[in-house]
Amino acid sequence: MISLLFQQVLTGLANGGIIALIALGYTMVYGVVELINFAHGDVFMLGAFLALTIVGLLGAPFVAEHPALCLSLLFVVVPLGCGSINLLIDRLAYQPLRSAPRLVVLVSAIGVSYILLNIGLFWGGVPMEVFNGGVSASAPKDFPSLISSAPLLSNSDLYISFRDLFVFCVTIPLLISLSLLVNRTRFGRSMRAVAQDPIAAQLCGIHSDTVIRWTFFLGGALAGFASVVYALYNNTIFFQMGYRVGLDAFTAAVLGGIGSLAGACIGGLAIGLIRALSDQCIATSWTNAVVFSVLILILLFRPSGILGRSFREKV
Amino acid sequence: MRGFVKRALAYFHQDSSKFIPFLFLLALVALPPLAMVWESLSVFVESLCPILVFGVLVSGLHLVTGTTGALHLGVAGFMALGAYTFAILASPVYPFQLSWAIALCGSAVVGALSGLLLGIPTLRLRGDYFAIVSLGFGEIVQDALRNMEPLTKGTIGINPLPGPQFLENGFGAPLGKVGWFYLLLAMVWVAVGLIVLIERSSLGRSWAALRDDELAARCMGISVNRSKVYAMVLGSALCGVAGGLWASYLGATGEPGNYDLQISVVVLCGLILGGIGNIWGSILGVFIMVGFNSLVLTRLTTLLTEAGIVSSGSVITSPMNWKYIIFGLSLVVLMRFRPDGLFPASIRRTGRLADKLSRDEAVS
Repeated sequence: MISLLFQQVLTGLANGGIIALIALGYTMVYGVVELINFAHGDVFMLGAFLALTIVGLLGAPFVAEHPALCLSLLFVVVPLGCGSINLLIDRLAYQPLRSAPRLVVLVSAIGVSYILLNIGLFWGGVPMEVFNGGVSASAPKDFPSLISSAPLLSNSDLYISFRDLFVFCVTIPLLISLSLLVNRTRFGRSMRAVAQDPIAAQLCGIHSDTVIRWTFFLGGALAGFASVVYALYNNTIFFQMGYRVGLDAFTAAVLGGIGSLAGACIGGLAIGLIRALSDQCIATSWTNAVVFSVLILILLFRPSGILGRSFREKV
Repeated sequence: MRGFVKRALAYFHQDSSKFIPFLFLLALVALPPLAMVWESLSVFVESLCPILVFGVLVSGLHLVTGTTGALHLGVAGFMALGAYTFAILASPVYPFQLSWAIALCGSAVVGALSGLLLGIPTLRLRGDYFAIVSLGFGEIVQDALRNMEPLTKGTIGINPLPGPQFLENGFGAPLGKVGWFYLLLAMVWVAVGLIVLIERSSLGRSWAALRDDELAARCMGISVNRSKVYAMVLGSALCGVAGGLWASYLGATGEPGNYDLQISVVVLCGLILGGIGNIWGSILGVFIMVGFNSLVLTRLTTLLTEAGIVSSGSVITSPMNWKYIIFGLSLVVLMRFRPDGLFPASIRRTGRLADKLSRDEAVS
């Protein structure tokens, strides 16, 4: 029983790490432009399709022969691709609306999300061998398992594979380097300044637009890392996963207090744990409802999330 | 009577963004008789019925998003609650078997109560948080309906459902397509009429005030939370009614997954396309949006398939598969170039007082 619980906690933490990576993208963008980037989850989805396309282009024999090379290629190309997509979205859909009311930008973001969803659907219909895992365009696609899932501990009830550890091997260094970037570098300082007050930051000689653009790129790149890890960990991708996983990640960002980086990490891990425990103790079909009920409850008692600072409107 | 006509004329005076959609709604009344003359129009009588239900739904959304400015992404959830309430109260499978009108009232009550329950804790949150909570609510409702199998029949849904008996008894025959059309059109007119009346009351004025500037409204002594909750309750009741009408029109609730985010987003697109805050424009906007989705795209797909241009094997060539891109692009482009929609809500002069002031000015 204890080992079963431990197993679920491990799975929950692994999925929570992935959710935290995506939640960071939401929370960083919210920090600098006060926009819920609804399209962020779909950028994550496109990243997974990009990864599968790369694997397909390299071909199964090559991938099987050089898994390490293939992995490092994925971890370079996909984050760059996702970052660029996010940058492009910002340039085309959000930047012209910087001074518009928030509802306007939010609706624009919903629009972008739908466009990306449709692109994902079309992408699944590309005539390529790896996409034929699910025959129709909208069917889930199999992602080849590049990382061994053989149990590490023999003679034990506990099933831990290298794949579980791999998730932590990617997410923890990423989180540490992000925190160093934000807290210790010049760019991080200007990012925090823009988040605090864009006009004051501009008066201090910080080029707000550049900072905002780089923040979008950074958020997209984190979603790219998350998509590769997700695909390698769960071995299946589908075009609506941006909505599903994105919703979890957004919930995590709100739960932790949107705008707070540490909050996004805590929120992500919490959502991962809640999902896993609810799968185990309640029922899989109730999990989504449980996650949202927790969100509503937390917002009821702490309207600005676990780590979020409450603020008072000034005249 | 003359006073009413005069006030109605004053309401539409020099406001084409209200008058054009009003003419459109009026013209719909003449559609069934015209369809008897021209046979080709009779297709529209049938295919407009579901869109009329969306007209009721958008008036519910208008009360929340259009009047208070809180982005509501969960109308489909309230619609589902209304549909299932109606089904449980009216279906011969269940013991209640209430009459059509009472069951529909039940839908409204359940919609209003759930709006109250959701609204009280969440409407004081910042606007963006409300968006995600309402979205989450829509998801919870779907899951709950799917999982509460003994009550809701799970993924099968509840059927059969009765149509309105009062018309069947009155006319001695089951309600035909024309009857349904007029019934649903009347519902849209009732919903719009109610909203126009409420918007002219002190409650409606407080909504307008807090949409324009929440802080200023608070300073003027308006209880912001209370008026938001009122808007949510009334709006949710209308969404519930829309759900009940939908289920009754289809004769079944269908699968809980039918009431998904896509419905909420399509209705929201219609609201924005028509013009946030202008109920007349919003109704026309939702007609354009849903009509495009269910009439134009479906028709285009069948036409192209019959002509042999499109094969069902390819995803990209079928027009139906382009609908998300079309929705998305229309939202992005609208927000970029016409964020107030096709029929922007005019800033209303405060009626007689403003007239009097301007007259006084002219005299002095």
